[in-house]
Amino acid sequence: MSLLEIKDLKITFGGLDALSGLNFDINEGEIVSVIGPNGAGKTTFFNAISGLVAPSEGDIEFEGDSIVGLDPSTVTSLGIARTFQNVRLFPNMTVLENVMVAQHCRTRELIYGALLQTKAFKKEEREIRERAEEVLGFFGHRLIGYRLDQPAFALSYANRRRLEIARAMATQPRLLLLDEPVAGMNPIETAELTALIGRLRTEWGFTIVVIEHDMKVVKDVSDRVVVLDHGVPIAQGSYDEVSSDPNVIEAYLGRPVEAKA
Amino acid sequence: MSALVAPMPSSAIDQDWGKVLRWGLICGGTLIAICLVGMPVELDRRELIERYLSLGYVSVLLIPILIGRIAATQVVLEGFESRKQGLYDLVTGLMVGLLGGGCLSLLMLALDSWNLRDPLVNWSPKLFRFLTYENGMGFGAGAWIVTCGALSLAGAALHVVPAIVRRSTGTVVLSLLALSILEGAVDDLSEGFGLDWLTDLMYAKKGGLTLTSTIVVGAVIAVVSVLTSGRVKAATNRYRDMQGAERQKASMILFAVVAVLCIVLPMFLGKIMNELLANVGLFLLLALGLNIVVGLAGLLDLGYVAFFAVGGYTTAVLTSPNSPFFAPELHFGFALIFVVIFATIVGLLIGAPVIRMRGDYLAIVTLGFGEIIRLLFMSDWLGPYFGGAQGITNVPGVDLGFATVKGTDPRSVFYLVLFFCVIAIYVSWRLQASRLGRAWMAIREDEQVAEAMGINTVSAKLMAFVVGAVLAAFSGAVLAAKVGSVFPTSFMILISIIILVVVIVGGMGNIAGVMVGSFVLIGVLGGPKQPGLLQEFQNFKLLIYGMLLVFMMLKRPEGLVPSARRSRELHQEEFLQDAWLKGDKSDDDADDEDAVNVGDGGGEEE
Amino acid sequence: MTVDRFLTFIRVFLVTMIVIGLLAFVWQQIDADNPFARWRNPGARGLTGDQFKGLLISGLSQGSMYGLIALGYSMVYGVLGFINFAHGEVFMVGAMTGFIASEKFNDNGMWESNFLLCLALIVLMAIFFSTSLAVLMERVAYRPLRNSPRLIPLITSIGVSFFIQNLVLGLFGPSTKSYPRLPEWLSKQRSILTFEIAGTRLMVLVVAAASMGVLWYIVERTKTGKAMRAVAEDKEIASLMGIDVNRTIVTTFAVGGAMAGVGGILWGLMFRSVTHMTGFLPGVKAFTAAVVGGIGNLGGAMAGGISLGSAESIAPLLILEPLGVPGVSQLKDAVAFTVLVLVLLFKPSGLFGERLSSEERA
Repeated sequence: MSLLEIKDLKITFGGLDALSGLNFDINEGEIVSVIGPNGAGKTTFFNAISGLVAPSEGDIEFEGDSIVGLDPSTVTSLGIARTFQNVRLFPNMTVLENVMVAQHCRTRELIYGALLQTKAFKKEEREIRERAEEVLGFFGHRLIGYRLDQPAFALSYANRRRLEIARAMATQPRLLLLDEPVAGMNPIETAELTALIGRLRTEWGFTIVVIEHDMKVVKDVSDRVVVLDHGVPIAQGSYDEVSSDPNVIEAYLGRPVEAKA
Repeated sequence: MSALVAPMPSSAIDQDWGKVLRWGLICGGTLIAICLVGMPVELDRRELIERYLSLGYVSVLLIPILIGRIAATQVVLEGFESRKQGLYDLVTGLMVGLLGGGCLSLLMLALDSWNLRDPLVNWSPKLFRFLTYENGMGFGAGAWIVTCGALSLAGAALHVVPAIVRRSTGTVVLSLLALSILEGAVDDLSEGFGLDWLTDLMYAKKGGLTLTSTIVVGAVIAVVSVLTSGRVKAATNRYRDMQGAERQKASMILFAVVAVLCIVLPMFLGKIMNELLANVGLFLLLALGLNIVVGLAGLLDLGYVAFFAVGGYTTAVLTSPNSPFFAPELHFGFALIFVVIFATIVGLLIGAPVIRMRGDYLAIVTLGFGEIIRLLFMSDWLGPYFGGAQGITNVPGVDLGFATVKGTDPRSVFYLVLFFCVIAIYVSWRLQASRLGRAWMAIREDEQVAEAMGINTVSAKLMAFVVGAVLAAFSGAVLAAKVGSVFPTSFMILISIIILVVVIVGGMGNIAGVMVGSFVLIGVLGGPKQPGLLQEFQNFKLLIYGMLLVFMMLKRPEGLVPSARRSRELHQEEFLQDAWLKGDKSDDDADDEDAVNVGDGGGEEE
Repeated sequence: MTVDRFLTFIRVFLVTMIVIGLLAFVWQQIDADNPFARWRNPGARGLTGDQFKGLLISGLSQGSMYGLIALGYSMVYGVLGFINFAHGEVFMVGAMTGFIASEKFNDNGMWESNFLLCLALIVLMAIFFSTSLAVLMERVAYRPLRNSPRLIPLITSIGVSFFIQNLVLGLFGPSTKSYPRLPEWLSKQRSILTFEIAGTRLMVLVVAAASMGVLWYIVERTKTGKAMRAVAEDKEIASLMGIDVNRTIVTTFAVGGAMAGVGGILWGLMFRSVTHMTGFLPGVKAFTAAVVGGIGNLGGAMAGGISLGSAESIAPLLILEPLGVPGVSQLKDAVAFTVLVLVLLFKPSGLFGERLSSEERA
């Protein structure tokens, strides 16, 4: 059974179709890239899955149950985590706190535990911290050590992107949505992160959907590529199939001159 | 970086006259405003130094010093090397002061020529007499121009003299002021410790320091401050730089000292001082609650007083035999259980509709709710249950078995309040460092992302609302037992705003800050109806509260004792610069270079 | 979710109470001695047509003043995205100026001999002082905070409001100030279209409508207005287009202040009493009106003011009294805030829609 099923998804903003009639499945353990020119509706697609935007029509099913109309927090607690295109960390919280807070939906202690300092509370706090360090450790030495206690706004751009991924990982998702994870990174960092995305699947067992503009990354990481244009999927398949599809070339490069005339 | 030097003035006379004029007029305007709100005349009755100086004159004389100091502050542009301050700045200060004094003379002239008593209530011969020292127009005008000039010059000179002189004069002047202004408290305290002879020696019979004692005490303080100069600062710096366990230990010691003081001190204090402490405690309790709502969860609840009212009325109804409709006359302790229940219910009722609103809408809507609750308690509709405008009287004290906490025994009230404050401090402290506290922080930073990261923002915010509500209700319950009655007028919106000022002046999000805020503001200036140490300021304290709120927001939004997080938030750029200067790029990451360059974008993200 | 269910419950409950109240009112109008009225409201006699019209007129005139103040809130919110809590004090200063000037005129007899001139003069003076105050506030308190976190300017404005209130208290004392009596020819009852209306109220309605017209002209037809709208949309882009953002913001405050000044005079003439607290409740209610009409939307602010004024004047008698609530006139203010809560529960963007730049909508 597929992990995520998108059925006839349609989203309209004031008469404008951001997405129309999107249909596709994501299987467990896959890495799928969603590509397309600017304004093709890629981020809207993510927003719809994570519950920030309500679809006008259609259905989104996660593990067989519809997640349309659920709060973003409920969607996350079901096992879908995401990053944002324009990195949205909690800038004044420390690196560690950013990751700790993301485990909110996996933990349960409330006021009483904190006030009475129960054993369960202390144990949970310790686990939250350990898990946070474990997740941050995935990115090598960059986010640990003295960095743990630095506020997130003091990080470099690439580290902010990494921290955002770490934060999403900490919610313990089954499906990870990465919105342009390498945007703004230099080639070395890009290559490194590309490798990490692969390890996210093998080591952590996430199913991953990536929105990306960098075709090299798309080529390296994805099992399958979905191309969107004007809210409509125009091609699907492996990178090689898609990259030679005339529709895709047209969407990116425009119609050949003679066809226009 | 090559040092750029700001354009140098060619001589001391080559002033920025526009700036001088502006500050001079500000100085004059402030002086006139202070005179016309009646501050000097009313405060003139209070002698600070017997026969020589009254609080009234101090209130006027402080202005040119402050403004002279501000006017002579050098604006250093980034990347420019600062100019050495000297004669130029003294001239600025002098001119500003002369202008201010000139404005004041104009006021005197006007006072002499016209009678504007009709709209301006403080336009009186008394004010004229105050300003002229009863020596006629010419003398008054001349004296004020010279005095203001001199004082403003002194204010400016603070930038010029060496640090040690500045610090010790500051200490001497401030401590003398404190000693004379807080005469009542000092008297009370010394009586408790059996040191009456000392205060009798220091203060004149009719109040105020005697001239001799001023000189002696001033000299002693000067010597002490020169000797200890720099020590205090070094100690605080050392504390600030401490890490982990060491810091924790230092904090524990500090905390223990404060705790012992809180328990022991009231035993030596008289009734008035204990009353004052009890009031401070009541407001501290409210402020701690509001600090959770505003400081931690970022919800600006202006109707906070509603919960204070709920606590007060619940206690009154359940314990007083005079409750008009339902009078079970429960014990305070049992009533407290219902206080918690009702505060929770009202917190949820008010919270649920407003919790999804934008921050600023939430402020106004809660303000509306605060007002509605008061109107309801006052209305004829609920009058049969809550006594309407007559309120509920005869609320009994708290019977503890071995003692009874009553308003007539403020010391016991203080201990009761202290008990609740300790609870509140513990609650804030524990919650701050818990899963819920982190969720609140995240919500304050970026609500949408917090939601997307799996935090149920609605329930987290409601919890903050309810915790705050319960703490406020405790305060209301103690108030009812202390005063022995509750009236709708005890729960004006004003209280919400004063608590907000306390939290902000102290330092939002910081428990120590809130404590300092309550002691300084409620203790010194007083609550909405409760007098503080400066009883003479009764009529002006709201004016001062308003001014303080604006001033703090403009100059020091993180408060007197800021929480580390909040000051970082408000000064991100400085933080990044500091980090950069410290060479905080120790590892081999290529991208670490741009930590500083890209840094300032971080805070502005939505 | 529980909270949502609870909110739905509140919505249903409020609407049910309103409907029951209205039905009870209608029944009471038909038969004042019906069983429901005998149960809840035994003394009921219902309202006569004239009483109803009277309520409507007083609601409209009061509401139009709320509207005038609301314009200031709405404009500032539209442009800067924060609630200028101290705007109510601008209104109070207008009313206070009017009092001082009119009293002086009354003392030397000009008030009676040449009323229209006096009126023009006090309006001008009120506009002058209110505008200066609003501009000064912007310059001193709000400009330095333009890029700080959202709640900071709001808290500052609370401080400003508190400060001005108490400054006025200190300067002019706590007593209630009464405006001099209006000349008979103005204040007498007139009958227009079967409505009995006091001349003062008529004047309030006319002046409010005229001010609204002037404002509409400024915002929609002049270059300054265009600049305002551009700045409201996006400050940065507007400045790139050669618009002086600071100046435009100052103008916005000034225009809002002028409207509040006019409102203050009208308030003084209608209720004839001013204190240092006069600005607080009308200010909060005017903000409510701005939200009810849809913040940032100028027509909405005026309409919101009028709806709010009418609601708080009519609703107590129309809905609460038939339900058997005693002393309904005390609950006028509670009604106004309930209207706010209702609007925010049902249509958070206000009755006529918000007009805000995208950054403020978050």
